[in-house]
Amino acid sequence: MGKLNYRVVLFTFAFLFGIVFSIPSLTQSEEGKKITLGLDLQGGLHMLLSVKTEVALESKMKSVGTTVKYNLEKADIVVEDLKIDDGKVMFELLDPQDTANVDEMLADEFKEVNIKKSGLVYEMSLSPELAIKTKQNAIDQAVDTIRNRLNMFGLAEPTVAKQGSDRILVEVPGIKTQEDEDRIKSLIAKAAHLQMMAVDEDRANRVYSMTEAEARQFGDIILDDVAEDGRKYLLYSIPILDGSMLTDAKVGYEQKGTRPLINFSLNGQGAKIFADFTEKSVGKRMAVVLDGKVYTAPNIIQRIGGGQVQITGAFTSQEAHDIAIALRSGALLAPVEVESQRSIGPSLGKDNIQASLIALIVGFLAVIIFMVLYYGMAGVVANLALIANLFLILAVMSLFEATLTLPGMAGIVLTVGMAVDANVIITERIRELLHAGASLTKAIEQGYNNAFTAIWDANITTLIAAVVLFAYGTGPIKGFSLTISIGILASMLTAILGTHGIYQWILPRIDKRKMKFWFGIEQDIDMKGAK
Amino acid sequence: MEVFKYKEPIKFMENAKKFGVFSIVLIILSLGLLFTKGLNYGIDFAGGTIVQIKYEGTAPIDRVRDIVSGHKNYAGATVTSFGSDSEIVIRTKQASKSVKGGAKVEVQKMLASTGKFEIRRVDLVGPSVGEELKTKGLMAMFFSIIGILLYLSFRFEWRFATASVVALVHDVTIAMGMLALFQVEVNLPILAAILTILGYSLNDTVIVFDRIREGVRNIKSPEMEDIVNESVTRTLSRTTLTSLTTFFVVLTLYLLGGEIISGFSFTLLVGVIVGTYSSIFVASPILMWLNFSVVEFREKEAAKLKRQKERDKQRAMYEQGTI
Repeated sequence: MGKLNYRVVLFTFAFLFGIVFSIPSLTQSEEGKKITLGLDLQGGLHMLLSVKTEVALESKMKSVGTTVKYNLEKADIVVEDLKIDDGKVMFELLDPQDTANVDEMLADEFKEVNIKKSGLVYEMSLSPELAIKTKQNAIDQAVDTIRNRLNMFGLAEPTVAKQGSDRILVEVPGIKTQEDEDRIKSLIAKAAHLQMMAVDEDRANRVYSMTEAEARQFGDIILDDVAEDGRKYLLYSIPILDGSMLTDAKVGYEQKGTRPLINFSLNGQGAKIFADFTEKSVGKRMAVVLDGKVYTAPNIIQRIGGGQVQITGAFTSQEAHDIAIALRSGALLAPVEVESQRSIGPSLGKDNIQASLIALIVGFLAVIIFMVLYYGMAGVVANLALIANLFLILAVMSLFEATLTLPGMAGIVLTVGMAVDANVIITERIRELLHAGASLTKAIEQGYNNAFTAIWDANITTLIAAVVLFAYGTGPIKGFSLTISIGILASMLTAILGTHGIYQWILPRIDKRKMKFWFGIEQDIDMKGAK
Repeated sequence: MEVFKYKEPIKFMENAKKFGVFSIVLIILSLGLLFTKGLNYGIDFAGGTIVQIKYEGTAPIDRVRDIVSGHKNYAGATVTSFGSDSEIVIRTKQASKSVKGGAKVEVQKMLASTGKFEIRRVDLVGPSVGEELKTKGLMAMFFSIIGILLYLSFRFEWRFATASVVALVHDVTIAMGMLALFQVEVNLPILAAILTILGYSLNDTVIVFDRIREGVRNIKSPEMEDIVNESVTRTLSRTTLTSLTTFFVVLTLYLLGGEIISGFSFTLLVGVIVGTYSSIFVASPILMWLNFSVVEFREKEAAKLKRQKERDKQRAMYEQGTI
């Protein structure tokens, strides 16, 4: 054996590095950094959502309305026609003497709301800045909310991230059953918009004959019971309070029986509003409305302090559990819509892995056998580099905790085909020099020299394409360009540096009369006469 | 083993014009196909929904067709078998925006009477996302070509860069023509495949060009044709071997990689063949036709060498303290 040189040492180090750091991925052990399988390989749900921000604007307006109403009532100011119309809150003062009071109150409460006054009629609308802020807030809040809900649902490692300025990426790997997928979807979609609304008792008996438009004239809306049994309620459209004042929600059970119910607590302000309202409204009904459906509308028997409220209604305990999660994680200020969705069943993921693994193994074996047949020992050396290359790709991907997708697998298969190219070029060059009568040492050194620029330039051009792909690609394409890029870089280390080092190391052992065995050259060249 | 042993260079460039005509015909045919038949955009780019269903046993594809065509949300939907007898795919242009429900639930309900099945995959892409992906794909192609052009101009010379980009456009056009001819569904992975062809084709061309660059320096004849012939002959072994190994790897991917990846590997198969052909018969002749002057190049190289030597000499003198 020749002297150990830095190339062999580096190659050995890289090889060991590759093996050590790809072990966690290959054995799928719990510990250590490893490659995660993409959704197409392990099954799961991928969704790109957009947020209907205009709804957030509407509900922002509604909450302005709620605050106005509460403050007016607190100050005993009587107004007429308090309503929300065309994105504006409008009302008319009855007593001109209240004007100063109202102006002061409005200026105090609403800094970013435009207020237009004509006579005693007030018109309030959101300023453009507030509108933008509200929209942004709705998106950010949707990201947080969905993330919280999925985390609480308890599935392995969901990803929820803002993508671009107004989209939300949701990825949930490892969904096993259709029921789970349905539950996750409804959990994501649930607005969880909770409202306490007063029943308009004066007109309640006319609810079944009233149209939506008529109700609106009285400042009312008509909502259905959640049981969908035809029961309807006529409610004041401006709620008493909403879910933003909620601090906790838990599933409980009725004292007698097993019907599930949801207990929730209000924060200080909410509790106070709730207590004030119940005190004033004894004998009347109050509806608990979730996402536009009335869950319960009990009679108020006495003032309720402490801010503890219960919802009962037609839901199973699983539904109650999901509603509680949704309430706890907060309402979606605006509903979300699907822009794109990929849902892959676990069995298909398994098939995909199997198919691409078989392709990888067969392709790999074919290349390895071919190299040995065509190049003899030089092929063995090249194969060593190829194997090191594979381990290095896996190791680097593991360390980055990268995601391996189906196109990523294809990228690895392709890298195998291309990594071997470097060694083909080198070995061809060495053969050429041997044919020309160069000594073995010279043929190897010169061969590597001659081959280097070609391999370098070819690899760099491919790398440029791969990097651009990575920058502009999404999902599956990113995985593909990632494995190709890593593969190219790794192959420069293994195929050029590594094999060169091996030749230098074993050079004294190479029998100069057996060039057929070592380089697959047809006739053994008598090296004695070589220069 | 040795297959490629040539005493004399093969006269590749003798028939360069014939191959040129052949390539132009291929390109015209491809463009014709692209404009008449057009690409069969899959849902990634066109938007829509795909539902892949696996039945226990043979899929009752005709019944499924009847049921699907009768549903109002699935007007114009197609039902085809997918890979095996038991799997089918429903494709529609519609893309439901609702998070809950959507195609999966609908199909489950709709086909409940057709037997036991499992919905293995639902892909849904809204129209705005599809447009975005298309733009991004084109941008990726554009920027990688620019990047490569710059790099090759820097490493070789502008004629080399131009010739390799022409070969590249040639390969990509023909590959896309084949996609149109066989109406392969064009999705994101196909875009990745096209970009791989781009890289592969260049890879091949660069290796040949590297040899030509070397030949320009070393081969005695000042005729570009002789230099190209000899350089191509010398790289022929490598070109063929690498193309063959890559071809086999991609072929196994095509045959064994499963239905989902078959479009991807088909595109690559075409790319490997065209890419190899073009580096010899398209890129090299163009270099010749672009009036690459061997003499001029050698003079420039010599001048460069001379300048370098002078600089070295000056530095040496400087270091010795004579200046």
